[in-house]
Amino acid sequence: MPDAETAIQLDRVSRQYTMGGATIRAVNDVSLSIAGNEFLALLGSSGSGKSTLLNLIAGLDRPTSGSITAQGQNLAELTSIELARYRCNTIGMVFQSFNLLPRMTLEENIELPLRLAEVDRGERPRRVREALERVRLTHRLGHRPTELSGGEQQRVAIARALVNRPKILLADEPTGNLDSATGEAILSLLHDVQRQLGMTIVMVTHERPLAERYADRLAIMGDGKLLSASEAGNEGA
Amino acid sequence: MKPRDLSDLAFRNLREAILRNALTTLGVAVGVASLVAMLSLGVGLQELASKRLSQSGLFDTIFVTPKNNFRGMGRPQREVQSDTPPRTLDEDARKEIEKLPNVIEVYPQVRFFTEVRFNNKPFATVVAGMPESSRNSGSFDGMQGNFFSSPTANEAILQIEFAKDLSEKPASLIGQDLVLRYAERQALPANDDSSTPSGEPSGGFSVVPKELRLKIVGIVETEPAAGYGGYGNARLLMPLSTASTLRAAQVNDLRDIVRDNTANKTTYPSLSVRAKSPSQVEALEVSIKSMGFAAFSLLDASKSLRTFFSVFDLLLGIFGSLALAVATLGIVNTLVMAILERRREIGVLKALGAADSDVQQLFFVEAGVMGLFGGFFGVLFGWLLGRAITFGTNVYLKRQNLNPIELSSVPWWLVIAAIVFAILVSLAAGLYPASRAAKLNPVDALRYE
Repeated sequence: MPDAETAIQLDRVSRQYTMGGATIRAVNDVSLSIAGNEFLALLGSSGSGKSTLLNLIAGLDRPTSGSITAQGQNLAELTSIELARYRCNTIGMVFQSFNLLPRMTLEENIELPLRLAEVDRGERPRRVREALERVRLTHRLGHRPTELSGGEQQRVAIARALVNRPKILLADEPTGNLDSATGEAILSLLHDVQRQLGMTIVMVTHERPLAERYADRLAIMGDGKLLSASEAGNEGA
Repeated sequence: MKPRDLSDLAFRNLREAILRNALTTLGVAVGVASLVAMLSLGVGLQELASKRLSQSGLFDTIFVTPKNNFRGMGRPQREVQSDTPPRTLDEDARKEIEKLPNVIEVYPQVRFFTEVRFNNKPFATVVAGMPESSRNSGSFDGMQGNFFSSPTANEAILQIEFAKDLSEKPASLIGQDLVLRYAERQALPANDDSSTPSGEPSGGFSVVPKELRLKIVGIVETEPAAGYGGYGNARLLMPLSTASTLRAAQVNDLRDIVRDNTANKTTYPSLSVRAKSPSQVEALEVSIKSMGFAAFSLLDASKSLRTFFSVFDLLLGIFGSLALAVATLGIVNTLVMAILERRREIGVLKALGAADSDVQQLFFVEAGVMGLFGGFFGVLFGWLLGRAITFGTNVYLKRQNLNPIELSSVPWWLVIAAIVFAILVSLAAGLYPASRAAKLNPVDALRYE
């Protein structure tokens, strides 16, 4: 159930690149309002600009024009250090290729955002355990990511994204590297997390059936523009 | 990020690419080692030269003579350009000089040429009185036997050359007695002139042969009483107080008699003034000259020696630094490679909330840690290298029947300075890679496979 309060507000956001003299409008004049506690799926074909839009919301990139407000913060007004803090504390990110650091154990991977947020050392083990319980993976803490299956790795990545208790979770094709059964399990997990923690989730995907099942709303992009945003017919899993 | 987390991550990163980072660190270590080895040779040679000079007893000593002294019989009296009138070097003058700042002691030179009988055989040599303070001057370090048991003991320390004349086994001489046959001055009561240390009035003196039995307590290989002004190196050393009581006729006596001394006081042919440190010698020399005496020191020699070693050290330092400069390029290379390799990781860190400064500091700390280890091992290698050179040199010296020397010296300041220098150089090498890593665009970095 989306809250009335707006978590993310996009106002006429554009992002252009110049490549070899040509201007590419990766995101073109997108306005979108995402409510708190909403699970939004961003759909679209490859190159439609959905990942660029997600990076803009994540504060990894800045729009060429337009404004993005997340949890009351206008990202355009933040300095690069404040933006880093925003990514650390307000945002959690999950990627298609998991992006776990292969040289660290699961525990260390999940601890990384706590280090960056300068969370007290004594507090960290508890927070790591809490995040792992959330993704139902409490064994194999000392293993390295490569010793895990894809689905398990993605669970660890979700735990890492949750460990700093962010308000917004951004997922870039989280099921893209997984078989359909595992993908569905991951989406089910995200859905549960969103319900339990009251988070806002923005997920980029091109698996429409899954999105329809688990997301509250679908936003469809094409050629950098927002084509439509409609209620998903999700049955609330 | 907190410093501890930063260093945790840095160490982890260094451990992961252990071979490459170890090789880079080894490069730094070799650079530091060459620098340390070069400088330790410079420092060691300087210490060696200074030590030899100070053992000669001349380094912090000023020799004071009356201004109208003859430089030698038959030579014209040297005119000293000065507006202060010449003064007699008497007991008052001695006390006055003693009160000058930074003076440790002032003692007369007692030195005479005489005959020594050992095993009923005569030997001719120069005898010198040694002040009690010379015990700690370094001249007697490493001697065989002991220093004089008391300042007034009837004991002798032999210089090794003289000891070899007396016996083929110099060490066996310790504990044996020898007889000093000398000429004692006995004052003539004709007029009130004085020329003897004991101060009795005399218009001249007669010379009476005397004997004194001395026990040999030590043998020294250095030259604690190296000669100056034509006295010759003393080969038989005895306590200054004992030597003074002998009232042995000295080289200067005759000329002092010839000279018109009217004051009824003890006069000295020369005094030795020991300064607290060589750096005070110059000022002290000026004060003594302004009192109306002639003063002489080897300060100028030591000055040019120091200039020489400064330039020598600089040259050695430059050669040593060349290797370190090459090592610096190694650090830059390693870290730039690490950026390429860890591009994705940097992107992930930034996506998780690392600020540019966190990434920069991480690379910076990695460079600093390589510098720290490189510096540490470099000092160790450098020290070993110095030892090896010293060892090799001493093997050679031994074959030439020469005494071993300490060729290289690694003082604490060099250890600390080398490690600090290695860290600073490494940090400088880390500047460019660190800022490049910090500027990495996270979106591009995450896309990088």
